[in-house]
Amino acid sequence: MQHSNYLIVGSSHAAFEATSAIRMFDSEGTLTLLTRDAHLPYSPTILPYVVSGRSQPDDVVLRDDGYFRNNHVALVRGATVASLDPAQSCVYLASGETWRYERLLIATGASPALPPIAGLDDVAFHVLRSMADAVRLRQAIGRAKTAIVLGAGLIGMHAAENMAKAGVAVTVVELKPHALSGYFEPGASAIIEGTFARNGVRMLMGRTISEIEPHGEGCRARMDDGAQIASDLLLVCAGVKPNTTFLAGSGIDIEDGILVDDRMRTNVANVWAAGDVAQARGLWGGKVVNGILPNAVEQGRIAGFDMAGDAAVAPFAGAVPLNTYSFFGQHAISVGRGARSDGHDGLEVAETADATRGTYRRIVLDEGRLFGISTINDFVDAGVMWQLIRRRVDLSALKAQFVADPRQIGRQLMSRTWR
Amino acid sequence: MGMCFNTVQFHASRCDGCGDCMLACAQAKSASADLAHARIRILPDAASKTYELALCRQCADPVCVMNCPSGALTKNEKNGIIDWNAGSCVNCLLCTAGCAYAGITYEASIGHVTKCDLCGGDPACVRACSSGALAHRTEAWIFNAYAEKEDLFCRGLSACHGCNSELLIRHTLRMVGPDTVVAAPPGCIPGMGTVGYNGETGAKVPIFHSLLTNSATMLAGIKRQYNRVGRDVTVMALAGDGGTADAGFQSVSAAADRNDPILFICVDNEGYMNTGMQSSGVTPYGSWTSTTPVGGAMQGKRTESKNLPVIMTMHNCSYVATASTAYLDDYYRKLARAVEVAKTGMAYLHVYAPCPTGWRFSSAMTTEVCRMQVLTNFIALWEYDPENGLRFTHPVATPLPVRDYLSLIGKYQHLSEEQIAHIQRTVDTRIAFLHQLAAASPAKLKGPNGERESVDTRA
Repeated sequence: MQHSNYLIVGSSHAAFEATSAIRMFDSEGTLTLLTRDAHLPYSPTILPYVVSGRSQPDDVVLRDDGYFRNNHVALVRGATVASLDPAQSCVYLASGETWRYERLLIATGASPALPPIAGLDDVAFHVLRSMADAVRLRQAIGRAKTAIVLGAGLIGMHAAENMAKAGVAVTVVELKPHALSGYFEPGASAIIEGTFARNGVRMLMGRTISEIEPHGEGCRARMDDGAQIASDLLLVCAGVKPNTTFLAGSGIDIEDGILVDDRMRTNVANVWAAGDVAQARGLWGGKVVNGILPNAVEQGRIAGFDMAGDAAVAPFAGAVPLNTYSFFGQHAISVGRGARSDGHDGLEVAETADATRGTYRRIVLDEGRLFGISTINDFVDAGVMWQLIRRRVDLSALKAQFVADPRQIGRQLMSRTWR
Repeated sequence: MGMCFNTVQFHASRCDGCGDCMLACAQAKSASADLAHARIRILPDAASKTYELALCRQCADPVCVMNCPSGALTKNEKNGIIDWNAGSCVNCLLCTAGCAYAGITYEASIGHVTKCDLCGGDPACVRACSSGALAHRTEAWIFNAYAEKEDLFCRGLSACHGCNSELLIRHTLRMVGPDTVVAAPPGCIPGMGTVGYNGETGAKVPIFHSLLTNSATMLAGIKRQYNRVGRDVTVMALAGDGGTADAGFQSVSAAADRNDPILFICVDNEGYMNTGMQSSGVTPYGSWTSTTPVGGAMQGKRTESKNLPVIMTMHNCSYVATASTAYLDDYYRKLARAVEVAKTGMAYLHVYAPCPTGWRFSSAMTTEVCRMQVLTNFIALWEYDPENGLRFTHPVATPLPVRDYLSLIGKYQHLSEEQIAHIQRTVDTRIAFLHQLAAASPAKLKGPNGERESVDTRA
């Protein structure tokens, strides 16, 4: 049996921030990262850039061997965790190995969710969550002439752009009425969709595939309206689901993700969870899975400090959706819940768009406080906006100025706050 | 222990919004006059007519680096700068989502994120700033050199709230080191417990409570004994102005006459602050003290202070310097030199110690009061040795009016316009005298080859 004072399952942003935090307090306690990946650690966020060829697999390593050596951290690659027994403080690997821990962090992230489409099991399709997926997809794009991307979320849109640039005829199919609807309201999504359409991507929004079957090397999809689309390549990016199957029978409370408190503790003693796998406080109440990189960074840090026994750890203030997205040389930014204001009445919306300059800005205020902001080709400092939302900074006195120039007023307010 | 790094400091109250820093930055970084290229941004606040700043803080826990999925951002362990690698950046802008200061930002006209890199240690923005709003703080080396050295005073010294003497003596002994014997004549420094009480000592080196009158003499004798047995020990006085300039002066003067190898530090709080705020010989004109009250017959002290550090240059000391705790880097350099000098001759350091309790100002303001002493030329920072003469170490090109300093302090609140004008004249006269000394210093009088330049005595 192996033993580690601190055992972390996962090897991405949440896991590394927890590692750094633990090492600030405890430079000696044994610390082990278990990852099922064979590759040195990388960020899932970088994968679309590996697909496009902008980044090389070996150049995007987040921590190299030197880091692990210098910080007395063991990285165990190819280690798939099969189950957890909190009563024994043990995790069991698929290989049969057993790891005993004093404190365990689950930072296993999420995996692609597969939609219930008849015939999907019988066709060859791609997903994009691991380095191996990215390398495979990049090779496949090189061979394909036509492609279907199922799902117009971040991963799907990134991939569709890469394919279009590589000369592949791409069709994006999205069940919801608009692309990126988690972050952008219809007005903004329409601009993004228009850009894709102008670049030759066929955007089928509010549509779905009802059945799919193998067709030569590729597949043939029958759409909800009966139309048929054949393609050489199928990429499924219809959302993700937290990686929690190995927790069956462990007694850990799971809803959409692993339920955690404001210090990232699960309901089970000595077990923490952080990042895409965790369901933590949302800024507007309830508990939410907020599967974005900055969220994983923040939660990983809190978990690490708490695991190491920092009595002064600042509790998690609540998840805020955030997204920075570039497409065909343009930039879209979304912070807060401008696009998903369900359950909130009396919001004030200020929307401006300049078709000739291709800019768009939408600011949503809730009783004088920023609730959400989204822009296209109109840069605002996402981190500053995030702080304004988090701190519930009262903008009432500056409302007109803020709506006119959120970047300048936001910077000013933050500078004053820090001084 | 972590490293400490130099940084750019912003004094919002001094910024006049000229924008020269932004232009200098755009030119230095992109050879462009387009302010979109500036990494530093001054933000006018129309309502309050003040200026705010957006600039990379080179954070110790940089969220931009944590948020970077490509490894393009890294914290440089040698210089503390957050380095950006253009080759691996994928332009995802997640770094901007991590920054609460708008220190890493995106401009469409540039096409990638930009941030401050401190210009390799000589920031162009600071050089371009004429209002004094931007300063390059270069004191990080003090922390890096001394933070891990042992604090040789015990915890729990009971100095008044806001007193800079405790800060000063802890810094001093940390640098001078454990092979030291300290004399602490009556005053605030033994009063706060450094010489111990209830049978316990307040320092981790030999420290003794000398008399007001004999610290220098006792140290001279102790040094001779250590020299006789062949041990390299620094003997040091931590005395107040009473134990140096007033009751202590006879023995200080005699030790200076003999150029005894001792380090004598005068911590000058302009009076007997420890015993009820009585006036001393170095109490400035106009000061309220309990022996120079404000009433019908008297409006504070009627006579000038004696300028003790200048007097010490007229003795036979090997080294004389003034110092302020608002300029600790300056102090550390002088202290290092004083420790070396004190192996063979007398080193005299005169450190100013504004006293929140006795002078009546807020305990949060001590360092600002120290700084204003220097910025108004109320005191000047200089050093002197017989070989090189007097040299200013922090010359103030455009001093603020002394009124700005006096208005911070309760003991001057009663001053009439005439009294303020009188103090301004004294300040001007004294600084002019120091400039004469500096101009006539042996180093200045020597030509490039060491020969004496001809001096026009008619001037």
